[in-house]
Amino acid sequence: MLYIKTVGAIFFRFTYGLTLYDGIYFCLRVHRSAGGSSVALLPFWRQCWQSAAEMIHSLFLINPTGDVFLEKHWKSVISRSVCDYFFEAREKAVTPENVAPVLQTPHHYLISIYRGKLFFLSVVQTEVSPLFVIEFLHRVADTFQDYFGECSETIINDNMVVVYELLEEMLDNGFPLATESSVLKELIKPPNILRSVVNTLTGGSNVGSSLPTSHLSTIPWRRNGVKYTHNEAYFDVIEEIDAIVDKSGMTVFAEIQGVVEACVRLSGMPDLTLSFVNPRLLDDVSFHPCVRFKRWESERVLSFIPPDGNFTLMTYHVSSQNLVSIPVYVKQNISFFDSGSSGRMDITVGPKQTMGKTVEGLSVTIHMPKSVLTVDLTATQGNYTYDLTAKVLVWDIGKLNPQKLPTLQGSLSIQAGVPKPVENPSLNIDLKIEQLAISGIKVSRLDLFGEKYKTFKGVKYVTKAGNFQVRT
Amino acid sequence: MTVGKDVRYPTLILSFNSLNQEKYYLYLIIITINLQSQLFKLNYKIKNCSKNVVNCMQTDNLELKKLVYLYLMNYAKSQPDMAIMAVNSFVKDCEDPNPLIRALAVRTMGCIRVDKITEYLCEPLRKCLKDEDPYVRKTAAVCVAKLHDINAQMVEDQGFLDSLRDLIADSNPMVVANAVAALSEISESHPNSNLLDLNPQNINKLLTALNECTEWGQIFILDCLSNYNPKDEREAQSICERVTPRLSHANSAVVLSAVKVLMKFLELLPKDSDYYNTLLKKLSPPLVTLLSGEPEVQYVALRNINLIVQKRPEILKQEIKVFFVKYNDPIYVKLEKLDIMIRLASQANIAQVLAELKEYATEVDVDFVRKAVRAIGRCAIKVEQSAERCVSTLLDLIQTKVNYVVQEAIVVIRDIFRKYPNKYESIIATLCENLDSLDEPDARAAMIWIVGEYAERIDNADELLESFLEGFHDESTQVQLTLLTAIVKLFLKKPSETQELVQKVLSLATQDSDNPDLRDRGYIYWRLLSTDPVTAKEVVLSEKPLISEETDLIEPTLLDELICHIGSLASVYHKPPSAFVEGSHGVHRKHLPVQHSSIDTGESPVSGGPAAAMDQPHVIPSQGDLLGDLLNLDLGPPVNVPQVSSMQMGAVDLLGGGLDSLLGGDLGGGVGGSPAVGQNFIPSSVPSTFAPSPTPAPAAAVSSGLNDLFELSTGMAITTGGYIAPKAVWLPAVKAKGLEISGTFSRRQGHMYMDMTFTNKALQHMTDFAVQFNKNSFGMIPTSPLPIHTPLMPSQSIEASLPLNTIGPVMKMDPLNNLQVKTHTLAQWGKRQVFLATWKDIPNENELQYQIKECHLNADTVSGKLQNNNIYTIAKRNVEGQDMLYQSLKLTNGIWILAELRIQPGNPNYTLSLKCRAPEVSQYVYQMYDAVLKN
Repeated sequence: MLYIKTVGAIFFRFTYGLTLYDGIYFCLRVHRSAGGSSVALLPFWRQCWQSAAEMIHSLFLINPTGDVFLEKHWKSVISRSVCDYFFEAREKAVTPENVAPVLQTPHHYLISIYRGKLFFLSVVQTEVSPLFVIEFLHRVADTFQDYFGECSETIINDNMVVVYELLEEMLDNGFPLATESSVLKELIKPPNILRSVVNTLTGGSNVGSSLPTSHLSTIPWRRNGVKYTHNEAYFDVIEEIDAIVDKSGMTVFAEIQGVVEACVRLSGMPDLTLSFVNPRLLDDVSFHPCVRFKRWESERVLSFIPPDGNFTLMTYHVSSQNLVSIPVYVKQNISFFDSGSSGRMDITVGPKQTMGKTVEGLSVTIHMPKSVLTVDLTATQGNYTYDLTAKVLVWDIGKLNPQKLPTLQGSLSIQAGVPKPVENPSLNIDLKIEQLAISGIKVSRLDLFGEKYKTFKGVKYVTKAGNFQVRT
Repeated sequence: MTVGKDVRYPTLILSFNSLNQEKYYLYLIIITINLQSQLFKLNYKIKNCSKNVVNCMQTDNLELKKLVYLYLMNYAKSQPDMAIMAVNSFVKDCEDPNPLIRALAVRTMGCIRVDKITEYLCEPLRKCLKDEDPYVRKTAAVCVAKLHDINAQMVEDQGFLDSLRDLIADSNPMVVANAVAALSEISESHPNSNLLDLNPQNINKLLTALNECTEWGQIFILDCLSNYNPKDEREAQSICERVTPRLSHANSAVVLSAVKVLMKFLELLPKDSDYYNTLLKKLSPPLVTLLSGEPEVQYVALRNINLIVQKRPEILKQEIKVFFVKYNDPIYVKLEKLDIMIRLASQANIAQVLAELKEYATEVDVDFVRKAVRAIGRCAIKVEQSAERCVSTLLDLIQTKVNYVVQEAIVVIRDIFRKYPNKYESIIATLCENLDSLDEPDARAAMIWIVGEYAERIDNADELLESFLEGFHDESTQVQLTLLTAIVKLFLKKPSETQELVQKVLSLATQDSDNPDLRDRGYIYWRLLSTDPVTAKEVVLSEKPLISEETDLIEPTLLDELICHIGSLASVYHKPPSAFVEGSHGVHRKHLPVQHSSIDTGESPVSGGPAAAMDQPHVIPSQGDLLGDLLNLDLGPPVNVPQVSSMQMGAVDLLGGGLDSLLGGDLGGGVGGSPAVGQNFIPSSVPSTFAPSPTPAPAAAVSSGLNDLFELSTGMAITTGGYIAPKAVWLPAVKAKGLEISGTFSRRQGHMYMDMTFTNKALQHMTDFAVQFNKNSFGMIPTSPLPIHTPLMPSQSIEASLPLNTIGPVMKMDPLNNLQVKTHTLAQWGKRQVFLATWKDIPNENELQYQIKECHLNADTVSGKLQNNNIYTIAKRNVEGQDMLYQSLKLTNGIWILAELRIQPGNPNYTLSLKCRAPEVSQYVYQMYDAVLKN
């Protein structure tokens, strides 16, 4: 009596909670194990079996107008309608950048990234690491970039076949399979015009027919048998200054994000050692998997067998604890009058700590309050443009001449009848300084072991403004 | 090959059969690409060609083979026959000399979800698991997981799980990583099995593989490691040492998984060791670096940092600047950063934080601005030294007159008032200036609360509140409730001018409203006010518990669980996986490991980190608490109740004090004092001469243990509830053949209880206790049977508590011996005339005078003590240096007693004059007064 009651009760609840065919299934299971103590857990078992098997279930690529132009399912097909939840969120967020990357829907999780005006939207069903998915999606975008030179809707549509082949190779049953560019390129050759003509004529293929050798070696990032006539290794040390400067010119926050980009074209299996003059400057580092972490820990040198071609060797971080130099100062005054619906603006940029180098590519971007209709300004150097719809003022200065500081001044006109804007516009500075790493980091030497040939070596430094913001 | 644009148009397929082999694959590409999105459209067109497709499997062209496999994966389910035809090819391909083809075959095999063919695939899979080529082995490992997904039983029967376990010891790190991934996935659907047997040897293998496998493999291995519980701190430390290098990986998912392992194992390390501190220092830079990644990465990192900061604030306390919001951060990053900034705010950095917050309050995005303003208030509450500065910042913001800023500021100022009462009232005037601009319920409610709370200092408080009253029914419930409370407060503070107002609001709330919450609250106030304004004042204007410093903290046990899930969806949603992931209900809840040091051996393993449990701050539960509301705490339930979960907190409060005294007048009765005689207790096994009609009691469901428990949890109720007489012996053992009963009456949660102790002083055991009440003057009857059902052994005692009710038949007893009182004040408060009239109405011969001797209390304590026992003071006069207290009480049977208590300073003897229509009770009232006052 009691037994029947129990089954009945659960079945009742169940048919309310889930669909009917599940109900039949469930009923059977209850009969089979009604003696067990975990009867209440049973309805979920099936779901476990169904859903535990994949990390990434599906991928949708969405263009700026909100259309799905590519979809790929690694397991069963999930209806496109799942994207509606995403579109809803997209609708709510004013700009595409503001769509939250992790969304929950009744049965799925949508994890998305925004790259090159496209959304890469993945659908997952189980408890996964969202960073895992996000990193993977960025890797997909990187691979497209690597294969086709850019990552846009047109280029993806034009290379649809390769795109599908790549996606198939990168993920097996939802698990990442081959994501290293060197491995992928052995499996699927990147398109080029000549080959596609030949392929069409002969029926040849772009799929490699041999096992990618690097797939299994302990150095999966490098393939065997690389050969160059000119052996060269170039390193770019690029530093970006992220800073917030308040209206009085005080630095609120500043840090340097550095990256060492490498372009290594060396034959065979070179083993490189790169050492710095002053490695202690670096607060936190993250390395390409090729870098031997132990050597860095003990000797502060980068020892590695490089991948072939372009790659990011390391990124580093010099935080505000160490003094971060701010290369330029900005004197600004933006004010709105209480009456007469107008305002005044006066901006001057000057050099601060440039270590004797020239500041180039200087530009100032200001996001004006919504009520600013037009601007009437004069620039002593460079040009300015004001985007009326986006309310963005861009002043392109160019090279900074310390003798004659560039200024931009004039009046702003505000929509009549609207209270004067309360928000303070923020200035974003863009600049570039060649031949300078602002943190002071310096490469001392590069040694090559394992191969005996002459190598051309080169190191280039450049400092850029990353997120350099001046408040008003 | 320019199929690009045309791939979506499957018309080419019609001529499929006639195409030659060379061009075949081109169309297969088209099919496979379209398969997935246009599965149903294409279905019938492809039917004819499936045979050809299977024939194509024989090809040596790798690309074609791949496409055929792809085709099979997608079509096998709808065409199981075709899949059967392909079995032979699979078996053959699994022995191909080219490892790439072997791997491809085994990979495809697992994806064909057709039950019939899976059994054919066991042999090839077994071979592949032992393949000489690691590429094949690693593919086969994943295939086991796929197969398990299709047919779990078969995978177990065939021993694949053991093969998989063997692969953990494989020489190739990639194979190890995949085996781990497959095993963790399988074990997810087997919540109780210990598939991934983590022993020190295995751990060592995993750690070795960790250094050499791909980034994705590292994530699997790290996640697996985090489930391991090291046996001692040395093992934990050595694992941490080998995991630490992963913090420098370029892949943020690897970094976060490593952080998870370290955060978990940190629990096991002794806090004073050097290594512990070094590790803490090492954790900070990678977390900071995560914030320089893509915004999506930042978001996930920030959600996790939010947890880490709550668990171990010391890791990032120096790094507050990295959480400063940048102009072009996406909004979801901004909001998270703000949250963490407040958590990290301390006296040392408060100036910087405030300057930042003020800056944010002028940004464009409304949501962000609101949160920034709210954050300023939270800073004020958290860092006391900064409160003044925060308040002035908020005032500055109010001056901007930006509507949403003003409203948000007023909401947080209310919190500040709660935290620092009587400190910043000078700003109320400024707040009142903005009264008209408030259009959001939160802000309106906050403003009304402030006006009500400080009604005595605001000259035109009544006007202000009245202005809100005009559109009472259009307001949200929140505002209505607050307004009701505020007006009641105002009335209690300035009764003379506001009687009309309070009547208006009470009638609006009780008669014109459909909202049960509002009606109930209205009635409670109404009755409270009409019953006894003194109590009303005490309840409504009671001192409110301080609000906690930290808000929105995650409850400690949940936090510990979430720390075990760092990097997962759970950590993003801040909910345990069981709460939202479909199908994870069988998954074990994870716990932080417990340090096995000698001091902590007594700790149970599920209690979370012992140290953590102790120094966790108290948490304000996020859900609104009706009770707190009722008592007009408005901000939520009381805090600083240590070691109770949020739910229990509400419960304790419910039982303790507040509601009790509030409802006491209506529901309960004050029972105290002298022994009752109107009942007979009949242990049926004892032949009893004085038991006229023994009734056998059925076995009751309530055990006395439960009652005891109840009593424990309501400890507060008892202490505040009133005087309870010590138990007196009601039935001496000699009279009842060895059974001794002592008892007393008490009142808990507004119910009367008869608490009894039964002691067996005879030599044989007693059973079958029952109780029957004879008719008595108070109509007192038990509401449940006597909760004793175990035999009472010789010289054993048993405690029982019997709930009583007064709905039984009333019979005047002579002598009227039990005068235990359910008191009631006279119907209307403040109407002394009624008292006087009644006093005069009762004939003088009914007045009796008694002396209460040796009582050293002042008038106020006396009235307080009596009030606790439901004797209410109606008036107090001072005549010729003596305090005169006029009091009234009502017995449960409806008899009114008026009392005049004369207290002369310096004289310990009080004079009590009692007047009552039934003078026979006076004697017992006097006894009760005496007992109450002397206790």
